[in-house]
Amino acid sequence: MLELVVFSTLNGLQYGVLLFLLASGLTLIFSMMGVLNFAHASFYMLGAYLGYQITRTIGYWPGLLIAPLAVGLLGAGVERFCLRLVHRHGHVAELLFTFGLAFVIEEVVVVLWGRVPLDYRVPALLDFPAFTLWDTTYPAYKLFMLVISVAIFVALLLLLTRTRVGLIIQASLTHPNMVAMLGHNVPRIFMMVFGAGAALAGLAGAIAGPALVTQPSMAALLGPILFVVVVFGGLGSLAGAFIASLIIGLVQTFAIAVNVSLNDVFLPLGISLPAPAVLGDLWNATLAQLGPVIPYLLLVLMLVFRPTGLMGTRET
Amino acid sequence: MTQSIAGTTPRHRTISPLLASVGIWLAAGLVMLLLPQVFSSGASLTKLCLMGIMVIFALAYNMLLGQTGMLSFGHAVYYGLGGFFAAHAMMIISGEKLAVPLAAVPLVGALTGLVFGVIFGAASTRRAGTAFAMISLGIVELVAALALVMTGFFGGEQGVSFNRTKALALFGWKFGPQIQVYYLIAGWCFVSMIAMYFITRTPFGRMCLAVRENPERAAFVGYSTQGIRFIAFCLSGAFAGIAGALAAINFEIASNSMLGAQQSGTVLLMAYIGGAGHFAGPIVGAVLITLLQSSLSDITGAWQLYFGIMFILVVMFVPGGLAGLITLHGPIARAGLLPRLAVPYAKALVPGLLLVGGGALIIELTYKLTVERAKTTVLNLGLLQLDAKTALPWIAAVILLAAGAWTLRRLGPGIAEAVAATRAEALARVGA
Repeated sequence: MLELVVFSTLNGLQYGVLLFLLASGLTLIFSMMGVLNFAHASFYMLGAYLGYQITRTIGYWPGLLIAPLAVGLLGAGVERFCLRLVHRHGHVAELLFTFGLAFVIEEVVVVLWGRVPLDYRVPALLDFPAFTLWDTTYPAYKLFMLVISVAIFVALLLLLTRTRVGLIIQASLTHPNMVAMLGHNVPRIFMMVFGAGAALAGLAGAIAGPALVTQPSMAALLGPILFVVVVFGGLGSLAGAFIASLIIGLVQTFAIAVNVSLNDVFLPLGISLPAPAVLGDLWNATLAQLGPVIPYLLLVLMLVFRPTGLMGTRET
Repeated sequence: MTQSIAGTTPRHRTISPLLASVGIWLAAGLVMLLLPQVFSSGASLTKLCLMGIMVIFALAYNMLLGQTGMLSFGHAVYYGLGGFFAAHAMMIISGEKLAVPLAAVPLVGALTGLVFGVIFGAASTRRAGTAFAMISLGIVELVAALALVMTGFFGGEQGVSFNRTKALALFGWKFGPQIQVYYLIAGWCFVSMIAMYFITRTPFGRMCLAVRENPERAAFVGYSTQGIRFIAFCLSGAFAGIAGALAAINFEIASNSMLGAQQSGTVLLMAYIGGAGHFAGPIVGAVLITLLQSSLSDITGAWQLYFGIMFILVVMFVPGGLAGLITLHGPIARAGLLPRLAVPYAKALVPGLLLVGGGALIIELTYKLTVERAKTTVLNLGLLQLDAKTALPWIAAVILLAAGAWTLRRLGPGIAEAVAATRAEALARVGA
């Protein structure tokens, strides 16, 4: 039992900080432009695919640097040449544009790399068990993912709170007109934040590619979870996104590990479902089976009862 | 989305609006009646059936997006659940030998859509805008994930299949042949279209527009914007349920793919590309995209990519959709000024074709080089055989693309100006 708790906690934390790498960019972009970027998870997928391609031609470590930069440039380009154009037609059009972009990126990936999952391997340098507890080994690469993600989080926090650039970004979140008055190029700041957010997503993809599966559906699988994280944490709140990332990460990993159903819980108390009803499957399903449902349930409940999210300051 | 809903008749004609609209509906009914006589092959009959279903679904969706200004990413929930409940209803009907004709089964779908619309709508329509969009996304993922767990009802991977001929046969119609199913779908499509159109003409329909355009003012007039959104949501769910039930009847199966995010995305694409601001827009979109889906997928394996690019281009450059583009030319045509646009449009056509040709060539060459590499790298264009492994086709494609883009960029503003000027003149002539 203790073994299960320790490893689930480690895995949950690692998945949580990875989610935060993505959610931080998404929530910053939302605070600035009011756009929920549907294509954010697609940037993550592009990071993984580019990382794979560079790993095959040059090596893993250059890929870890080049792939995020390339994705960041693409993101900046998308903001500069497309999103700014769509902005005139209002928020719905912007949302629809990013929705279409996600669709196109997935199809481009299919055309370029095919539908089959790629053989994106952990670099030899990190391909060893980091430690062994109660006969279960923990891979070094997962530890590496954890360290990198935490490092980026700390760097981002310092950048936003301790540097001039961070100050200007924070100011443009709340008072874009005033920042423009002071002589800063606000549209360029928007473009750079969008690019940086995309680059972070690309980095997350390049890191996660070898550990999770690199396949065309990886964006569609992660994208909705990402929305859950930013909405649950409160749109625009970095701290909220951090907490929500950890919660969702932990909830998902613990759910997988728990093999208990509602029936198992209530039967000892003398309560059982009368007659085999339509809901019988739900009653007998284990928590592990219900795992994928939980984040969305949390999202819907949060939006209905506390629209600002955990730490958000404004309504969605 | 500033265009008004259809039905505005020109002032200089003397036909009464009522007569004109009755005429249009009669013509639409006649076309639907005669279509299978013209396109009688099995393949085209299948397409026609699909079109009819999608027309209902897209129109139902547009009650939200176009008429009430609610962007939903999860409308397939009501479509899919309608299909599943209809499938189970069919199983009960055939199992218990109930005297219920197949033509009444879509009512089960409507009721399902309505009930789930009430349940989910009560939670989601309290919010508008982005929050509503997010809740709809959460609900569709929730339902899709639950459907995988509740295999007893949703049938797991296989779905729920049934035999549609086991219902009560009226007038000897057993709905075995596809043509009979077509007339069932066409009938429901016609009735739904009329019902949805007349909903837009009621005071409630008008209030939906008000809630879309300016919720604050609508609230000040004394209406509950949340109430209007809720009713629109429930009605839209009911019509989506009809479409889902018809889809289940058409394929004799209800499967999980019907209620997922992808199906929701497709209907959004249809409504938006067709033109969400116009009643007929989703009809155009549903017909066009169903056609494209079946014909493009025969021609190229990368058809979904074209699809996505088309959607992005519409969002970027034609936010009114195809119907918006057509209505833009309405006054110009009425003033007889359409010939004046021939020259500017001809000028745009050439670089436009270059652009599309170059872009398509690049995509196809890439596709040959990656996905179909093992089969053949030669792109067969009828007269021309292009090997994707050689440099020449690539250079030609890039030149085509660049030339088209550059020319269109140079000419674009002038053409847009010419259209705007002609439209202004036409409006001055017709409207005054």
